[in-house]
Amino acid sequence: MKTFKKGGVHPPEKKTTNNCPVVEMPVPDELRIMLSQCIGVPAKPIVKPGDSVACGQMIAEAGGFVSAPVHSPVNGTVKKIEPTRTPQGIWQDSIVIETDKENPVSFPTPRSDGEVNDLSPDDIISIVGDCGIVGLGGATFPTRVKLSVPKGKTAEFVLINGAECEPCLTCDDALMRRDADKIVKGTLLIMKATGAKAGMIGIEENKPEAIKSMSDAAGKYSNLDVVTLKKKYPQGGEKQLIYAITGRTVPAGSLPIETGCIVDNVATAYAVYDAVYNRRPLTERILTVTGPEVPNPGNFLVKNGTSLLEIMKFAGGVPEDTGKIIAGGPMMGRAVSSLESSATKGLSGLVVLPESTSLRKPEGPCIRCGRCVSVCPMGLEPYLLMLQADVKRWDDMSQSGVLNCLECGCCTYSCPANRPLLDMIKLGKQELRKIK
Amino acid sequence: MNKLTISLSPHIHSGGSINRCMWNVVIAMMPALAVALWTFGLPALWVTLVSVTSCLLAEWVITKYMFHRPSTLANGSALITGILLAFNLPSILPWWMVVIGAIVAIGIGKMSFGGLGCNIWNPALVGRVFLLLSFPAAMTTWPSGVESGYDAATGASQQADASSGATLLTHLNNGETSFADYNFLDMAIGQMNGSLGEVGGLAILIGLLYLLITKTITWHIPVSVIASAAFFSWVLGGNPVLDIFAGGLLLGAVFMATDYVTSPMTHKGQLVFGFMIGCITIIIRRFGAYPEGMSFAILLMNSFVPLINRYCKPAIFGEKERRKMA
Repeated sequence: MKTFKKGGVHPPEKKTTNNCPVVEMPVPDELRIMLSQCIGVPAKPIVKPGDSVACGQMIAEAGGFVSAPVHSPVNGTVKKIEPTRTPQGIWQDSIVIETDKENPVSFPTPRSDGEVNDLSPDDIISIVGDCGIVGLGGATFPTRVKLSVPKGKTAEFVLINGAECEPCLTCDDALMRRDADKIVKGTLLIMKATGAKAGMIGIEENKPEAIKSMSDAAGKYSNLDVVTLKKKYPQGGEKQLIYAITGRTVPAGSLPIETGCIVDNVATAYAVYDAVYNRRPLTERILTVTGPEVPNPGNFLVKNGTSLLEIMKFAGGVPEDTGKIIAGGPMMGRAVSSLESSATKGLSGLVVLPESTSLRKPEGPCIRCGRCVSVCPMGLEPYLLMLQADVKRWDDMSQSGVLNCLECGCCTYSCPANRPLLDMIKLGKQELRKIK
Repeated sequence: MNKLTISLSPHIHSGGSINRCMWNVVIAMMPALAVALWTFGLPALWVTLVSVTSCLLAEWVITKYMFHRPSTLANGSALITGILLAFNLPSILPWWMVVIGAIVAIGIGKMSFGGLGCNIWNPALVGRVFLLLSFPAAMTTWPSGVESGYDAATGASQQADASSGATLLTHLNNGETSFADYNFLDMAIGQMNGSLGEVGGLAILIGLLYLLITKTITWHIPVSVIASAAFFSWVLGGNPVLDIFAGGLLLGAVFMATDYVTSPMTHKGQLVFGFMIGCITIIIRRFGAYPEGMSFAILLMNSFVPLINRYCKPAIFGEKERRKMA
C-alpha cells in the first residue's frame, strides 16, 4: 500500500463520527461573515449596512491577486460591518447579516452537461475565482490561483486529497460517502482547467466506505484512479501526498506544479462542481463536531458565518467538562479563544477536549532520544531548531531548513520530554518572515 | 465551561515520557540482573544494592543541595546508572570502591555537566573506567569457583581460576587457550566469569527484544555494534561468536551504547557510531593492553557524537531535487 517514506506518526484515530451522515444545520438568525477567509489578502466589502442581499450574492470582492471574494449564504439584510474575533483570536472585519427567513431562497438554474462541456479552461478558472473557492483542506489558498498553471509549467496529474489523516475529523469522509459522483465531476473540471491528463484520488485505508463509493464513481472514467493509502500522519500534506501517490519529490522551496501535480482537497473538488454545474458560490461547508463529551457529535453542513456557539448548540451544547476547543484537527488545528467567532471556509471541524487533556504536561530536559528527528516528514532536526530558537539564532534556523517545516506537529507529538518544539519552530519562521 | 485553554498545535501527545523510556530500560535489564544473581550469588546482590543506593543518594544530594531543584529520582535515570555500574563491576569488589564508582558516575559523569540530557559520556562507564584506572587489581579480580566458560576437561587454566578467577577474555588475551575449547551454551546462559551484567548473553538479548518491542530504542546501534565487532573479529582471524558473547560486548551494545543522551540523533549517525564501537572494541581486544575494550570504545565514540551529529544529518525532503533544479 502506498504512503510517504520519511517520518510520520500514527496518532489514535478517534474518528467517532465516521458513520454519521451529513446533517444540514438550520440557518441561524444572524451570520457574521469574515472578510479574511483565505490565506491571501482579505476581501473588500461591496455592500453597506442596510443593503438587502440575496443568497449567493457577492458581498465582498477579492482584495488582490491572492484573494477570494465572499458571498452571502442567505437572503437577508446587512446590519453592520464590524470586527469579530477569528477562531484564531484575532479581531478582523466581518459583515453581519440578519437572515430573512420569510423570503424563500431561489437557486439559479444549473448548467446542463452540454453547457459545462462548452466551457473553456479559462471559463472554469474564472467561475472558480468568482465563486470564492479556496482550498478547503485548511490552508485556504485561493483555488483560482492554484488552477492557473504558470507559463512554462505543465500539469500532468490532478491529485485529490481524501487522506484526511488528522485524527477526529470525518468531514471529508462523510462528503466522499455522500457525493462521490459530484467530487469526481469536480475532479474532471479541475483536470480540464489545468490541462492535466489524469486524476488520482488518494484515500487512507481507514475509510473503506469512502474508497468504495469513490471507486464506483471514478470507475466510469479511464483517466481517474482511486489510490488507497496506508494510514499515516501527515499523509494529507501536499508534498507527502504527491510522494505517496506518484513517487515524485517536490523540490524544497518549490510548489507542487514543479512535479507536474496539482493537489486539491475533496471538498474543494466538490465546491468546484457546485460552482460550475449549479452556479453556486462557496457559502457553506461540511465540518465535524466531535469530542469525548460532546452530546451529539456529527458531520454538519454549516453556513459560512455561523457562530461557533450555534454550532456547538446544534451538537447538543458545550459540554460541562470543556478545556479546549480546537478549530480543525487536533494535530494542526488552532485552539479557539472564544465561541463568538464564526465559521469560515477553512474550518474543517470543532474538536472539544476535556479539561484533563487540554493542558500540556510539564516540560523536561531534552534527552536527545532523536524521536523528533525520525518522525519529521521533511527531514529536519526539530531539537536543533529549538536550541537555535532558544538563543535567537534565526539565520542558523534558516540554514537548518526551518522554512521547509509544514508544521505537522509530529515532533512535539512524539517528544517524551514534552518539549514545545513546534512552538519554537513557528517562532523562528515568524522571525525569519519579519527579517524578509 | 469556565475558560478555554489556548495553545499552539499539536493539541494531543503520544503519551510517551522520559520516565516511561527509562523504566522500560530498567525492566529490560532485569533478566540480565537475574542471571548475575544466579551466577554470582549474594555478593552480586550487595554490589547492585550498594551501587544503586549510592547513585540515587548522589543524585538526590546534588539536585537538592547544589542545583536547588526538585528531585529527579522518579525519572529512573539514576537507577539505570546504578544498575549499569553494578553490571560493570566484579561481584567481589569491596563496597567502598562501589560507592566511589557511583559518586564519580553520577557526580562527575552526569551532574557536573548539568544533569540528565547534558552529559557527554555514559555516566556508568565513567564510573567504571575511573575504578578500573584507580584500582586495576581489584577491578580485574573475579570470584574463584565460577566456571569461566571452559570445558573443564581442558583445564589448562583451572589453577589460575582457583586463585583469582579470570574471564574468558583474559585467557584469550594471554593466548592460553584456543577458541575450540569453549562451550557456547554455557557462555550464553551465564556460566562464565566476568562482571555482573556481562555474563548472561541470552538474558541481555531478551532485554534487547523488550526494548525493541516497546520502541524504547531502534535496532540501529545494537545491530551495528554487534555486526561490526563480528566482522572485525573475523577479519583479524578470531571467532566472531566468541567475541560477541565473551566480555561486555552485548551488555555495551544493548544497554550502554544505546543511551539516548550520549548517542547520535539520526539513524545514519547511529550506524556510524555502532560500527566504530565494534571496530575499536576488537582492536583493543586484539592489540591493546586490556583484555576488554568495550567501555573505552563507547566512551571514545561518545566524544565523537557531536561531530557525528554535525555530519550525519537527515536529508531534507526535496533538497536533492532543489539542487538539481538550480
